[in-house]
Parts: sequence; C-alpha cells; structure tokens
Amino acid sequence: MAQPDVLSQAFELGFTYTRSTGPVVGRFLTGLRDRRIFGIRASDGRVIVPPMEYDPATAEALDEFVEVGQQGEIVSWCWVKQPRASHPMDTAFAWAMIRLDGADVPMIHCVTAAAEEDLATGARVQVVWAAETRGYITDIRCFELIGE
Amino acid sequence: MSEDTEAVTRIETPVYLQYNFTAGRAPARFLERIRQGVLTGQRCPRCANVYIPPRGSCPACGVPTEEEVVLPDKATVQSFTVVAIPIPNNPIKPPFVIANLVLDGANISFIHLMSECENSEVHIGQRVQAVWKPEAEWTYAMDNIRYFKPIDEPDVPVDRIGRLPIGGWEDEQ
Ligand SMILES: [Zn+2]
Repeated sequence: MAQPDVLSQAFELGFTYTRSTGPVVGRFLTGLRDRRIFGIRASDGRVIVPPMEYDPATAEALDEFVEVGQQGEIVSWCWVKQPRASHPMDTAFAWAMIRLDGADVPMIHCVTAAAEEDLATGARVQVVWAAETRGYITDIRCFELIGE
Repeated sequence: MSEDTEAVTRIETPVYLQYNFTAGRAPARFLERIRQGVLTGQRCPRCANVYIPPRGSCPACGVPTEEEVVLPDKATVQSFTVVAIPIPNNPIKPPFVIANLVLDGANISFIHLMSECENSEVHIGQRVQAVWKPEAEWTYAMDNIRYFKPIDEPDVPVDRIGRLPIGGWEDEQ
C-alpha cells in the first residue's frame, strides 16, 4: 500500500448564539450603551457590579440598581505579554479585578498601560469608553491608569 | 422610540472554533480512494467488523485495522431525521433528509443526505444507493456522493441493519 498524501485543511466551526440578557443584565448593558455603570444592592447592603439577578446569600430576586463610579482601583491583576487573537487588545495589557468607586466587589476587565511596571495593586484607574457603544461589555474599551 | 432608547434585551455572542484538520493515515487513504470514486473501509483483524470511513483502529478491540475492503455504494437507512430549520451558511434548503447509512459489507454507519425521495416515506431499513457527482468534480471529499436515493429492494429488518454482506441484501436473501 502506497503512503497516502498528507491531507490537511483549515475549517471553522461557528456557534452563532444570540443570548437573551434578562432584565438585570439587560439593564447593566443598557447602562453601558449610555456610558453609565450600574450595580445592584444585595441583602447585606453590598453593591455588586456587574449586577446579579439573585441575592448570593438569600437567593431573593434583586432589583435595587445603584449607579457606580467610572473610576476605581486595581485589586489584582495579571500582565499579558503576548495577546492572542481573541484578546481585547493587540498590544500587551493586563487583566485586572477592578473595584469601582461605590461598588463593594471587583469586576474583571482589561487595563492598558505602557509597561507592566506601571501597574500595582491599589493603582487608580478609569473607564475608557469605546467610540461606539452598543450594549456590550466591550462598550468599556478598557481601563487606563489615572494620572498617566 | 429610537432604537437607542430601548432597553437591551439580547446580545450576539458567537463562538468560532478554528481547526486545522490533518487526516491520519487511514482517513487520508479513504479520501484518496474516494477521489477515484471508490469507497474503501478497513476490517478489524480480531472482530472482523468493517469500518468506513476508517480511523485506523478498531474502537472495540483497540487493534490496528490494516486490511482494506472495497465496499459497494448501496446502503441501508439505520436512522434519519427530516431537517426543517435552515442552518446558517448551509446552501441546502429545508426540508431535507439527513440519514445514518450503513453500506453493504460495513458494520458502522456514516451520515449523508437523502434525496429523490418523499421525505414522509423515508424509513429505517430502507435501501438506498449513492448518486455521484460527475467524475470531473471528484475531489478528496465524501460529497463526491451528492446524496443517496431509494432503490427498489425490500426493506432490511432492524436486526440485520449493519450486518449485510458485501454482496448486498439481494445476495443475502
Ligand atoms: Zn475489532
């Protein structure tokens, strides 16, 4: 039996999902489109961003939306030296847990900085909005260090 | 209200997975042969099951399958579904029939299209035969077979599906 040719082919498998947001996440995304950030108040008084539909302790439905600030501080972070195609930046950046002013829990997003050395836990950052906002988490283009 | 003042209720979240598929030795051999219009499976040296398309080993016995077996292009419907919902980027317009077919002499099914049939009359055990594309269009692909169409042969009982000899159902009777 002769050795067959090596056959190789690229192909792409696509799952073209459209997701229903529900009222709580929908409100959060609507806020982003309007360049505002909303959290929700939990039964223990904490403000959770992005908002949750149900209380983490009591499981009761939550509905008290609270607008939070567009600045905050880095709680923890991880520098990405070589971004991949699916990453939100094409140059080095950081994934960071960011606690926005007025919020009690951090949320994850990306932070742009000239160098890894510029980042620190506790560093202050602010939102950079996308040129066009459409109701997606990527409406927040990234966070940038304040005072750069 | 303008679109921009309505609340967001849905978001598009597609997932795209990019593969680079390299056929192993057995699938490459299968594809090379189907380019010539020949259906080639492999027989397990231990349990004698014939697999098409071959993967190079027997999933039941875990041994290499090196013996090639040329199979005819007649098959039996093992199961099927009538697709009524359009699939994005699929040029085939519904309703159409997708079937699990077992070639005569093979012991495992593959999926292909059925056509030239009444969708409502397709049934398990139905006998079908390949309708090939013109030879000039043959390439390294299972869709050198355009589809399978029903043929005038008696149905195969459920317990005989996937157990017919290479000679086919008429041979068996
Ligand atoms: Zn076997």
